[in-house]
Amino acid sequence: MRMICFASRNTKEMVRDRINLMFGLGFPVVVLLLLTAIQANVPVDIFPLPRLTPGICVFGLSFIALFASMLISKDRSSSLVLRLFTSPMTGSDFIFGYTLPLALMSLGQIAVCLIVAFILGLRASILNNLMLVLTLVPSIVLNIAIGLICGTLLNDKQVGGVCGALLTNLSAWLSGTWFDLDMVGGAFQAIAKVFPFCHAVDAGRAALSGDWGSIFPELWPVIGWAGALLAIAIAIFTLKMKSDSNGKQ
Amino acid sequence: MDAIEIKELSKDFGDKKAVDSLSLNIQQDTLFALLGVNGAGKTTTIKMLSCLSRPSGGDALVMGHSIIHDTQAVKALINVSPQETAIAPMLSTRENLEFSAGIYGYKSAESAKMAQDMIDQLNLSEIASKRARTLSGGWQRRLSIAMALITEPEVLFLDEPTIGLDVIARRELWHIIENLKKKMTIILTTHYLEEALAIADRIGIMAHGRLMAEGTADSLRAKAGTDDFEEAFIRIAEEEVK
Repeated sequence: MRMICFASRNTKEMVRDRINLMFGLGFPVVVLLLLTAIQANVPVDIFPLPRLTPGICVFGLSFIALFASMLISKDRSSSLVLRLFTSPMTGSDFIFGYTLPLALMSLGQIAVCLIVAFILGLRASILNNLMLVLTLVPSIVLNIAIGLICGTLLNDKQVGGVCGALLTNLSAWLSGTWFDLDMVGGAFQAIAKVFPFCHAVDAGRAALSGDWGSIFPELWPVIGWAGALLAIAIAIFTLKMKSDSNGKQ
Repeated sequence: MDAIEIKELSKDFGDKKAVDSLSLNIQQDTLFALLGVNGAGKTTTIKMLSCLSRPSGGDALVMGHSIIHDTQAVKALINVSPQETAIAPMLSTRENLEFSAGIYGYKSAESAKMAQDMIDQLNLSEIASKRARTLSGGWQRRLSIAMALITEPEVLFLDEPTIGLDVIARRELWHIIENLKKKMTIILTTHYLEEALAIADRIGIMAHGRLMAEGTADSLRAKAGTDDFEEAFIRIAEEEVK
């Protein structure tokens, strides 16, 4: 009950912040529309929807990390956190209370991207669409974990720089959405392969095209990153919250 | 019965002793004011008693439960209104009240009823549907205190509840706090002498992290040998320095 109440409050705080909401939901859609418009005016396939849509979904999820980190860092810097810490809420109430609404928002964001892509002409079976959503679950966890870590360690101004600029750019450039990483090759491709973004996009592309056998080789690195970062996030969140309340005079 | 039994409670921040071997008993249903200048250790004491900050030494029992070994039981019995307004800015007044009840485990229907009761009791109806961030400082403080009251705690901690408020808003809050007397144990920190005099049953004077004296206003005046409470406060607070 306490966790649901906290999750409900967090949902309202995020949904009612219109600037965050416009960026989180609107920006990926704008990019999808823009690139599809470019595609319509060039004779070669540079941004075909079946390849572009999973990339936009992965890119859009980086805004969830921004949502999460902004909310947590603002809570930490306000006196509300003192009220929360003196209540009977437990560590798991906090973690699930932050995570649950972010997971639902992530699913909503993916749904919006798929609906817009469908309107623009994407044709894929319902099963393939569902498989895409499933393959994006580790990416959802990954971004929520990044949000928890950044929100716990950074203040709200720093969060804007790290999650709002750095993470969204990393997610965009290293995902292979805007250009084929094989074409760049070399060190850039090697670095991109270390990060989970291009693997998440390739797994999504495999799911959407019905090539299910190709999903898992790509999904393992994403699951690995997501699991490791989630464990780190929980540990840091628990320790930092305790030290924050204990250390202030 | 004692609502709070404090035994040699201490808190160190590096070399600095913020609270130094504080011992004090506070009877149930008393309004106890911890009076002291800034940095006296009042807020640190409240933070330890509300399980927000772990003591460096000593212990305290809140309604018989240790603040070190039985924190969940203590947290279920208390509520706190922090020094700065502690509200969720994007929620309405009503939603803030329901949220405060909800995080103490009350079900949705119960929380809604309790919120309405609190709105009626504290005359919050005109701001009930307004977002908290749009409220004036006085209304925000009143809401913050209402969020602490809604769970009907056995022990209520009010940390500098009227700091920064104008005279009228301060008087209104005094009236609200006075109406709570005898319904729950209230520990209030303040550096306003007139506030402690106006509403407290007993007053503890803190300075340099230590409790210098404790008693009724009259007994503190008598201890200091003066009829002027401000003079009595200064004499008691500066006792250690001399």
